[in-house]
Amino acid sequence: MRVFVPRDAAARSVGADEVAERIVTATAGRDVEVVRNGSRGMLWLEPLVEVETTDGRVGYGPVVPEDVDGLIAGGMLDGLGASLGLVEELPWMRRQQRLTFARVGVIDPRSGDDHTEHQGNKGLRAALAMSPADVVEAVVASGLRGRGGAGFPTGIKWRTVLGAESDQKFVCCNADEGDSGTFADRMLIEGDPFTLIEGMTIAAYAVGATEGYVYLRSEYPDAVEALDAAIRTARESGWLGPDILGSGLDFDLHVRVGAGAYICGEETSMLESLEGKRGMVRAKPPIPALEGLFGRPTVVNNVLSLATIPTILANGAAAYAAYGTGRSLGTNVFQLGGNIARGGIVETAFGITLGELVNELGGGTATRRPVRAVQVGGPLGAYLPVEQFGLPMDYEAFAAAGAMVGHGGIVVFDETVDMAAMARFAFAFCAEESCGKCTPCRVGAVRGVETIDRIRRGEDRRQNLVLLDDLCDLMTDGSLCAMGGLTPLPVRSAVRHFGKDFGLYDAPQGT
Amino acid sequence: MTTEVIPPASVPAPGRAVRVRGIAAGLRGLRGALIPILHAVQEELGYVDQTDIAVIADVLNLAVAEVHGVVTFYRDFRREPAGRTTVRICQAEACRSVGAEELAAHVKRRTGAGFGETTYDRRLTVDEVFCLGNCALGPAVQVSGKLHGRVTPARLDALLGEAR
Ligand SMILES: Cc1cc2nc3c(=O)[nH]c(=O)nc-3n(C[C@H](O)[C@H](O)[C@H](O)COP(=O)(O)O)c2cc1C
Ligand code: SF4
Ligand code: FES
Repeated sequence: MRVFVPRDAAARSVGADEVAERIVTATAGRDVEVVRNGSRGMLWLEPLVEVETTDGRVGYGPVVPEDVDGLIAGGMLDGLGASLGLVEELPWMRRQQRLTFARVGVIDPRSGDDHTEHQGNKGLRAALAMSPADVVEAVVASGLRGRGGAGFPTGIKWRTVLGAESDQKFVCCNADEGDSGTFADRMLIEGDPFTLIEGMTIAAYAVGATEGYVYLRSEYPDAVEALDAAIRTARESGWLGPDILGSGLDFDLHVRVGAGAYICGEETSMLESLEGKRGMVRAKPPIPALEGLFGRPTVVNNVLSLATIPTILANGAAAYAAYGTGRSLGTNVFQLGGNIARGGIVETAFGITLGELVNELGGGTATRRPVRAVQVGGPLGAYLPVEQFGLPMDYEAFAAAGAMVGHGGIVVFDETVDMAAMARFAFAFCAEESCGKCTPCRVGAVRGVETIDRIRRGEDRRQNLVLLDDLCDLMTDGSLCAMGGLTPLPVRSAVRHFGKDFGLYDAPQGT
Repeated sequence: MTTEVIPPASVPAPGRAVRVRGIAAGLRGLRGALIPILHAVQEELGYVDQTDIAVIADVLNLAVAEVHGVVTFYRDFRREPAGRTTVRICQAEACRSVGAEELAAHVKRRTGAGFGETTYDRRLTVDEVFCLGNCALGPAVQVSGKLHGRVTPARLDALLGEAR
């Protein structure tokens, strides 16, 4: 029989290794296999132990090592005792539509056999039976938009690369995931790396690329290890390398570890870094689809965009596009973090509201105090007050509200937050992480910190707020990339919705 | 901790240049080899010394200024040895919402070391990091490369005690 204990870094960060060891010791001599799966994404339940029974997998959690002997004595190995019930039936799981994350937490991420048994390579086989152009058109028809933040249609990007003439093309996966509040890329790579490899292989086939790179941040050592292991297995299995699955396709994949620079998540900066240089942003045009890595046509996509490709090819573009709303089609992997009672991963069709995510799935704050603000879309995303909890998660609806969905990270703050301090942090972060190429960002961010300090001290408050506004205009309009261009978003949204914290006593809402 | 002698500033061991050249030569065939080489040098030798830069530049046929520019651009590359244990405390938004700043202040009070600093006995290097991908279980801290979640000041004291 099999017992599952996640190897996911978050689960390990709260003791999953110790729990797994304890179970191995306690069941020595019995027919028990401990499988280290990915996380189901219910991070508040980690370490979540699952036991396979004839009815399905029964969950126990959070389990601490000292609980193990008692749980086993209480019948855990037969699915009895103090369990959470069937994991698939938990309200948090039932509420979701898992397509990209279908196998995360279910399978053994180190096992090629497990991948195959769970529909692995079905998408790749379907793609290889089509012409490259038809694969590209299927991705266009699915409506898939880049999950890395900007939301650009993936199929259109691929169409450009397919149409470019070159002696060589590349596929680059952006696994830099530097945004605070985002961890879905990490969980996918640790929990189901073969799906990313499969997605990248399909991309290579569709555009005519022979070599791929995953730019993975150094802050994620567990993910680096998981992906390296999966790539080795994929090569041994004929899923990477020459003549993939006997189709004649040649494609190989390499991992490159970043070196602690947020800006290297910006695609052109990432390409510079992959070339072995400082991560300085390139001016566009030319776009990477035409002149990318080493000047060759390059697909640059986020982990989740690429990992969603296999399900689109396996089940058809229409099946994927049936989810979602407006021009935000399919599902998105939302990440609930910060001060939240039930933090983790929620994959659901676009259109679910912010409030449903934070209050119904997330259960409000961890401190049990009222929610005051949420930041959506990473450090460059807007702060929203609870008055906007009715907003549907949808790229256009968020843009219309002066916010952004970004990579789908949602960070919750309770009423003790000082929003002027958070606005200051937004500038400080930009000053720290700016690549330094253009003045509005490099210098503007430093001036921003100083201006907010003056406002917080109450020096010429009105004048400094006007100055702040000017500075935000300048950074928005004058910056070369979205680092400087979007930093005003968290700052301005903080002033607009939480003016009280900036000394604006007549501020309207979000008190 | 109070009786320890402060060690002299590090001087690269003889043979270091040979080793660095070996590492660089072994990896030079990679596309964009410089960053993998710097990671490998730091992994094996603990930091990237100023004298390493010229060696690497020579192997890759790059200007010394270019290699220097890369080393200083990235936060990961250290120019001098770190303490025996490195603790990195996440200071990004999600961890801030659950007390990351208090955790940083606590470590500073306890060890005297602020971000980017090493204690005088060279046991501990303290640094900040912006997001470890553990944002639902913050505050997050990395101790010698191992991730920890929901770290309270007491828990951090215990972790550092174990590490010492
Ligand atoms: C400052 C900055 C940081 C970014 N960080 C990331 C990142 O960590 N991961 C990511 O996929 N995209 C990131 N992006 C977006 C990328 O530039 C690019 O749009 C994306 O990787 C394209 O892939 P997609 O179309 O699949 O989203 C960042 C952009 C900026 C301006
Ligand atoms: S906006 Fe900032 S990060 Fe972007 S190119 Fe300019 S200086 Fe570099
Ligand atoms: S913000 Fe601290 S781990 Fe993500």
